[in-house]
Amino acid sequence: MSNYTEEPKSSLFTVIGASSVGTMIEWYDFYIFGSLASIIATKFFPTGNATAAFLSTLATFAAGFVVRPFGALFFGRLGDLIGRKYTFMVTLLLMGGATFLIGCVPGYEQIGFMAPVLVLLLRLLQGLALGGEYGGAATYVAEHSPNEKRGYMTSWIQTTATVGLFVSLIVIMITKKSMDKAAFEEWGWRVPFWVSLIMVFVSYLIRKNMHESPVFAKVKAEGKVSTNPLKESFGNKYNFKFVLLALFGAVMGQGVVWYTGQFYAMSFIEKVLNVSDQVGEIMMYAILFATPFFVFFGWLSDRIGRKWIMLCGMLIAILSYRTIYDKMYHTVDVKAKTELAEKTVKSAELKENAKTKGMDSIYTTSKEFSDGTTWKEVKTITLENGVAKIVDGKPKVDTKVTKVINSGDFWTLVFWVFIQIVFVTMVYGPIAAFLVEMFPAKIRYTSMSLPYHIGNGIFGGLLPAIATSLVTSAKKANEVAEAAGLAKVVDKPYLEGLWYPIIIAGLCFVIGAIYLDGKDNRVDD
Amino acid sequence: MSALKKILGLLCIGLALFAGYYLYFDQAKPKFESGKPEDMIPAIIYTFILLPLIVGGLGCFGYYSLTGEYDEIA
Repeated sequence: MSNYTEEPKSSLFTVIGASSVGTMIEWYDFYIFGSLASIIATKFFPTGNATAAFLSTLATFAAGFVVRPFGALFFGRLGDLIGRKYTFMVTLLLMGGATFLIGCVPGYEQIGFMAPVLVLLLRLLQGLALGGEYGGAATYVAEHSPNEKRGYMTSWIQTTATVGLFVSLIVIMITKKSMDKAAFEEWGWRVPFWVSLIMVFVSYLIRKNMHESPVFAKVKAEGKVSTNPLKESFGNKYNFKFVLLALFGAVMGQGVVWYTGQFYAMSFIEKVLNVSDQVGEIMMYAILFATPFFVFFGWLSDRIGRKWIMLCGMLIAILSYRTIYDKMYHTVDVKAKTELAEKTVKSAELKENAKTKGMDSIYTTSKEFSDGTTWKEVKTITLENGVAKIVDGKPKVDTKVTKVINSGDFWTLVFWVFIQIVFVTMVYGPIAAFLVEMFPAKIRYTSMSLPYHIGNGIFGGLLPAIATSLVTSAKKANEVAEAAGLAKVVDKPYLEGLWYPIIIAGLCFVIGAIYLDGKDNRVDD
Repeated sequence: MSALKKILGLLCIGLALFAGYYLYFDQAKPKFESGKPEDMIPAIIYTFILLPLIVGGLGCFGYYSLTGEYDEIA
């Protein structure tokens, strides 16, 4: 037996604290870019410019999806060669530095195309750092934990992605409330990026006094450190088949459940339900109430095993997603509410468009409902020579609907998001311990990081794009059918995007149920 | 269990090929042909990231399952 089980209890909690805080900060750094994406776009990626639009899409897709697995390979290899501690210190500093610098880059108006190029490069560095951080933190904590407490100990690391999202929403909300809207849009949006530097510095001070993982120290002392972790992880058939099994039997499903429960839910509330002003608060409450379940399911996995907790989470999610999203949709659907006709206000005005310097015709309609819900529609018709501008054979009309829902509906939405995040905690809470136990110590960092970041970054990260594409296709099919005088092809097009997580998680459930073992809970091999 | 894993191995290979066809011809190709800058990155990601990952990864997983590499697990 290795000596790590003999370490005093307090040191274990110090290890968990130091690792979790740093990882949480990395997630915070990664999410503030996404949470402030719309304002970043206006500052660095001007609309109407094809190259800027290309760079914007690249920043969104490339850093989140493509670069993370490369970070996993690069830093995973380093972690298996020189040690866990030094590697995840580097990822922390890299992430913190890149985030701070994003907050310092002058806008497109000041330095032209250098602005989006710099932001893109810094965003890529963020993706690389994130790809290296998680595997290091999970491995570091797992290799300090006794076998019978590893699920519980590593579950704290598992809370960090959700807590990072929560903290990013809080910091943005506090920054917004501490200044007026114009100041926030002018420079205030940079504050959450600058805050990162302080957090990273504190985390660095905590982490720098930590010792190397005892399991890795033992491997090193015995001269068993891998000379080529990439080759041994992916060039060795015996290990590679476990990498594939980890990806297709566990992480792929976990990734889509994670992204559905948090990001797709947020996007659905904001863009489909049009509850854009309250979406941040709804997410914050749901995350706050659900986060303890990460630790609960991590703890439970030490008692009843990890495999079936994760697979049950996937199965319940698959079976209930369409019902949950349908309930969310109908909770705020104004068609089912009683309109107070006397409170309806309509107005029309001509306004100069600051970007095109032409005139826009703006029609605003505000409605109130008996349950307290308010609904507002702003229809902007772009004019050209006094008549509506024609784009693709149709007048160019931009319609924006916003709703402010009553307290009952607010808490109903909080409840449905909370339920989805509980599914996330089931699949995500035990998975760090599960992955760590799947691979031998000398190539663990590399072997577990790649499937994790492919499953989450690529299968999970592509969810919003694929789901939106499925919804758009369903809507188009309905429009074509209606134009031809036929019945709708898809009854509820707003639910079509859910087929992606349902199919991916369904496949993962079948593979996981049949192939996964989950009986080996040792990490000192 | 061994026979079941062989059948699933075949299914995974079939699924990998179907997913590859769907990703390229139904998703990536129309985006490449649209010529819109915002369509290029998803098209590239479908073709050069997701497609090899699913066709190669799932196909390889199916092959290993078919040839009994996973028989000793579970």
